[in-house]
Amino acid sequence: MLKQCEGSHAVAEAVALCRPEVICAYPISPQTHIVEGLGEMVKSGELKNCEFINVESEFAAMSVAIGSSATGARTYTATASQGLLFMAEAVYNASGLGLPIVMTVANRAIGAPINIWNDHTDALSQRDSGWLQLFAETNQEALDLHIQAFRLAEELSLPVMVCMDGFILTHAYERVDVPTQEQVDAYLPPYEPRQVLDPKEPVSIGAMVGPEAFMEVRYLAHAKQMQALERIPAYAAEFKAVFGRDSGGLCHTYHADDADTIIVAMGSVLGTIKDVVDEMRAAGHKVGVLGITLFRPFPIHDVREALHRAKRVVVLEKSLAVGLGGIVATNVRMALSALPIDVYTVVAGLGGRPITMRSLHALFRKAEKDDLDPVTFLDLNRAVVDKQLAREKATRRSGPIAENLLRDVGVVAAKIA
Amino acid sequence: MSFQPVKFYQTGTFTVGNRLLAPEERSVQSSPRRFNSLNSGHRACQGCGEALGARYAIDAAMEAAHGQLIAANATGCLEVFSTPYPETSWQIPWVHSLFGNAAAVATGVAAALKVKGRKEVRVVAQGGDGGTTDIGFGCLSGMFERNDDVLYICYDNGGYMNTGVQRSSATPPAARTATTMAVGDEPGNPFGQGKFVPAIAMAHDIPYVATATVADLRDLEAKVGRAMEIHGARYIHILVPCPLGWGTASNETIKMARLAKETGIFPVFAAENGVVTEVLKIRHRLPVEEYLKPQKRYAHLFGKQPRVDVIARLQALADRNIKKYGLLDGGAN
Repeated sequence: MLKQCEGSHAVAEAVALCRPEVICAYPISPQTHIVEGLGEMVKSGELKNCEFINVESEFAAMSVAIGSSATGARTYTATASQGLLFMAEAVYNASGLGLPIVMTVANRAIGAPINIWNDHTDALSQRDSGWLQLFAETNQEALDLHIQAFRLAEELSLPVMVCMDGFILTHAYERVDVPTQEQVDAYLPPYEPRQVLDPKEPVSIGAMVGPEAFMEVRYLAHAKQMQALERIPAYAAEFKAVFGRDSGGLCHTYHADDADTIIVAMGSVLGTIKDVVDEMRAAGHKVGVLGITLFRPFPIHDVREALHRAKRVVVLEKSLAVGLGGIVATNVRMALSALPIDVYTVVAGLGGRPITMRSLHALFRKAEKDDLDPVTFLDLNRAVVDKQLAREKATRRSGPIAENLLRDVGVVAAKIA
Repeated sequence: MSFQPVKFYQTGTFTVGNRLLAPEERSVQSSPRRFNSLNSGHRACQGCGEALGARYAIDAAMEAAHGQLIAANATGCLEVFSTPYPETSWQIPWVHSLFGNAAAVATGVAAALKVKGRKEVRVVAQGGDGGTTDIGFGCLSGMFERNDDVLYICYDNGGYMNTGVQRSSATPPAARTATTMAVGDEPGNPFGQGKFVPAIAMAHDIPYVATATVADLRDLEAKVGRAMEIHGARYIHILVPCPLGWGTASNETIKMARLAKETGIFPVFAAENGVVTEVLKIRHRLPVEEYLKPQKRYAHLFGKQPRVDVIARLQALADRNIKKYGLLDGGAN
């Protein structure tokens, strides 16, 4: 059914259609609307056979999820930013125990300085946690990916993180096609756990493992993610058969076949990039796009296949590996190893900085001329940075950095270049 | 109605499972049909108070739940000594997740059971004092205030014994640990710090809170039994001496627990809905020295120049407990 609704609401509806049995809720922007929506559905009786638990922290949210999933209940939670970091120990634990929890991450920056706006540093900080990570480009895809996520998680007995851009998607009202309960039931069978706490068949879960088997347990976690790479295209194809839509999969190209320059990105910024590419194509530029939907496991062969004919690759990412450059770019470089292709890292949109078409036009044109630094910070206000560096050189007690910069920038809530 | 002490004519002891008792009054542990939930062969130290307390508590819970029990365990001695992979001492479904989340994991287990309509299956969470009063305290308080249907059992040995005897917020004043060294003007753990979680549990207005020691195992069983009659958040705090951390002989574990109770150092009581309903009275009141002296963690109080001032402060704490909880016959409750 077509519906005009908020991204968070679309996700809440998708999760409800998956018949979750336990939902743990803790508020953090910009995720909160999702669990609010689900809580209302549980309380009103619209979503039956479901326990909605208001916990006292994100660490507890994931811990309650661990307990309920280990007891055989289909379990869901959602978080963002600081919340994801606060639960990090339990995030690793859930995947280590092989529990198929599904969690939405409404991507948001990590402080300090505290910032509620969108970038990908939260989810990418957990890239090695053993969770599968899917990134949605649109609200429709966010909705669809949640349905696929439960299927994927439960077939593999691994937790899945569905990442969607905070505010840009979670708070945007768009048209989405909400599937019927029959469609979702046809796609997603009831949860059959591989391990379950049950007095009828007592097992110990979470034993101490020493050097004699730890490597093997971790190897299996890796091997299972590799299996996911093979299965995900099949799940996406099956999704198309049931729902009539292309959604999910590993990665997607756009005008990439004959492109000299290919832009790689994840999430909602792909829409802006495609618009810029359309305009540049119309002007005769051979540019294309690779959107990565699945970041973990990383679809290394598909990325290589999509990029190997390009002359150069620009990885535009909303994340920063401090002291190195890019996180996504590092992964893309690995996919292109030994190929004579320049890979440029562009760090963009940190903490919600708008990524505009004008900036992208200029950036891609510079890239075509190989006139980019290996690592570029898009629309960086160099004057403000230089002023702070000068301040630090001049005075030992130069004061808190963020506050100094804000004073220099002036009173502006959000500035669009 | 909790357990009433019976003084046996023959021995004058409170021996568990005495065959002269009527069958219904005999302890769970004395039954040949006991569950052995925490089975023999685990790797606890000789004389471990926690292993003893856990065996009695979990078997009593199993008895009350007719064998339908799931346990969530915090990281710590109990977890490490009971499940060295690929061995496990647990005869019940058991899950260990992290150090600080046993209460929340148990909440999740209880939620899953509820949604699946498995009313007959009950849930316990357990951890040491570090996993309960320190790192797991947020999750514990959350579980309490939501009144989740979980019995949480804390085995309190007064420190982080698994990592090599460091201080926790349950370490008593003046006790020496690896991080409260017996040096300086105020050797050992400082006075005026630490917290008594049973009182904090009561402040959450949960239906049942009790303390117990491994010296009165029948009392412990009875309290677990009472807790299992109730639904909602319940808390039992068991004093479990640790020969390694306390510096006591391994055959003195039960004696040390008894001395903690008889001196008033550790009050043994139960409370329902925030009100103390029963107190295990002191039978032979003893000065705190009797409890302190056998323990190497207090050795610095009994050197060439005994720290009578510190001992007097500890005595004052015991006296305060005696008064506050009415631990002596005729005392106020």
